[in-house]
Amino acid sequence: MTSHAAYLPSGLPIPVPEPDGLSAPYWAGLQQNRLLVQRCAHCQTWQFGPEWLCHRCHSFDVQWTDVEPRGRIFSWERVWSPSHKVLREHGPYLAVLVELPEAGNVRMVGNLLGDPMQPVTIGAIVEGEYEHHLESRPPYSLLHWRLTAK
Amino acid sequence: MARTPNERTLRGRVAVVGVGETEYYRHGASPDPEFKLALKAILAACNDAGIDPREIDGFSSYSDDRSEASRLAAALGTHRLRTATMQWGGGGGGCCAAVANAAASIVAGLADCVVVFRSLAQGQYGRFGQTDGITTISGERAYLMPYGVLAPPQRFAMRVQRYMHEHGVKQEAMRAIALASYHHAQSNPRAVMFGKPLDEAKYDASRWITEPFHLYDCCMENDGAAALILMSEERAGDFRNKPAYILGAAVGAGYRSGAIPHNSPNYASASFETLAPDLYRMAKVGPSDVGVVQSYENFTGGVAMALAEHGFFKPEEANEYLTLDNLIAPTGRLPLNTSGGNLAECYMHGFELVIEAVRQVRGQSVNQAKRSDVALVIGGPMVTPASNLLLGSGATL
Repeated sequence: MTSHAAYLPSGLPIPVPEPDGLSAPYWAGLQQNRLLVQRCAHCQTWQFGPEWLCHRCHSFDVQWTDVEPRGRIFSWERVWSPSHKVLREHGPYLAVLVELPEAGNVRMVGNLLGDPMQPVTIGAIVEGEYEHHLESRPPYSLLHWRLTAK
Repeated sequence: MARTPNERTLRGRVAVVGVGETEYYRHGASPDPEFKLALKAILAACNDAGIDPREIDGFSSYSDDRSEASRLAAALGTHRLRTATMQWGGGGGGCCAAVANAAASIVAGLADCVVVFRSLAQGQYGRFGQTDGITTISGERAYLMPYGVLAPPQRFAMRVQRYMHEHGVKQEAMRAIALASYHHAQSNPRAVMFGKPLDEAKYDASRWITEPFHLYDCCMENDGAAALILMSEERAGDFRNKPAYILGAAVGAGYRSGAIPHNSPNYASASFETLAPDLYRMAKVGPSDVGVVQSYENFTGGVAMALAEHGFFKPEEANEYLTLDNLIAPTGRLPLNTSGGNLAECYMHGFELVIEAVRQVRGQSVNQAKRSDVALVIGGPMVTPASNLLLGSGATL
């Protein structure tokens, strides 16, 4: 699913791959509504964030693998005090740490869409929503999370 | 205590013989630039020891301190430079590691008189708590900053939230840690929060920075510098003050603590589960021998986690253990952050905590603990590499 309005104001740092390109497939994938996570072709271990080799068996054959953006909230925070000038008039917002049981419980940070004052429960099931900034220079996309309708 | 031949240890081989600091300022309020602050703190530590600054032959620091060793050696006119050691990464998690690295240089015969220091002028170089002026970002922060997870409060809140969830730790436990620091700062004229007491109602009414952190759960941002002088045990008795011996130190973190972003397997951790046993083993003491603790408060939650990992209580006991009465000098069960620490004395990136531990061992603290022969310092929690340090009086050797 793709959301149209940005969750946070523009002007925050734009994510780009490192100069060595390690995470480039991840960021490119988000722009195509794809969530890519590394999986070792040799021992099948999932790995995120990316690295050049598998932390378990040391194979360099770590393959970017499509994952359904489904998970559960592992932790969360409600941010009140702005640490960036574009957030000064914005008010509170929610960040969540989501673990992905379908990808070896790797974790990802995103925003929890909806009312920023909603109660948040650790363990709640969430699904991903892509937020595109394709007109931005450089273009980029983010992956947010929303509570799954019961 | 006997040392077996060839035992690899710091225990009893090196002592802190001098400590010093500049005046501590609110961020941006220092009249001096950062390098001048470093020089003033180093000279104060030399004066405290009664040594000629030209005798310094090594420098050790952490968190990429900008006051570089060769410039310091030239500025001070030291006879020669023999060691220049920077702890790699971990920010304030390196405050004890910098001491350990310097001590190791002395034990190994690389140097004889090493100054360990930290200097910070956030007014000159920008605040840790603000992140303006970044256009694009890569690496770990690329997975965080676009979502508003920008500065340390946002980077650490989810770790503490998870810890509170796993172990049922309540906000009141965090509050007790903040109250203890402020309580001690009220008798410390060096403290930035001297004359500014905190009580339960004021804490409860304070604004959220990032839930679960109230304003008073978060460290200050300050300008200043602090330094100490290390010498070998053979010379430790030659100076003005009673030596504070290194009993042990440990540096690092557990399995894949550095897995970004927020992917360390033991997430709800302060990073001391492997360091605390190493520290106690080297020091040949246990938690019950420790009379006073300085534990780095980036955030109060990290202190709760770090104290549990050092064996003072089980995480499930945090709510009962972490009360103001238990945490204050002289007679609390475990006097904590007796100078006011990062919350209320000065955010000298934890180095003020190391100096306070020395003062406790000497018997010179403004909040002297009843038992202070063995003093523990715990560096910045929830980072990698973290570090810790045990200091002891001559009677403990």
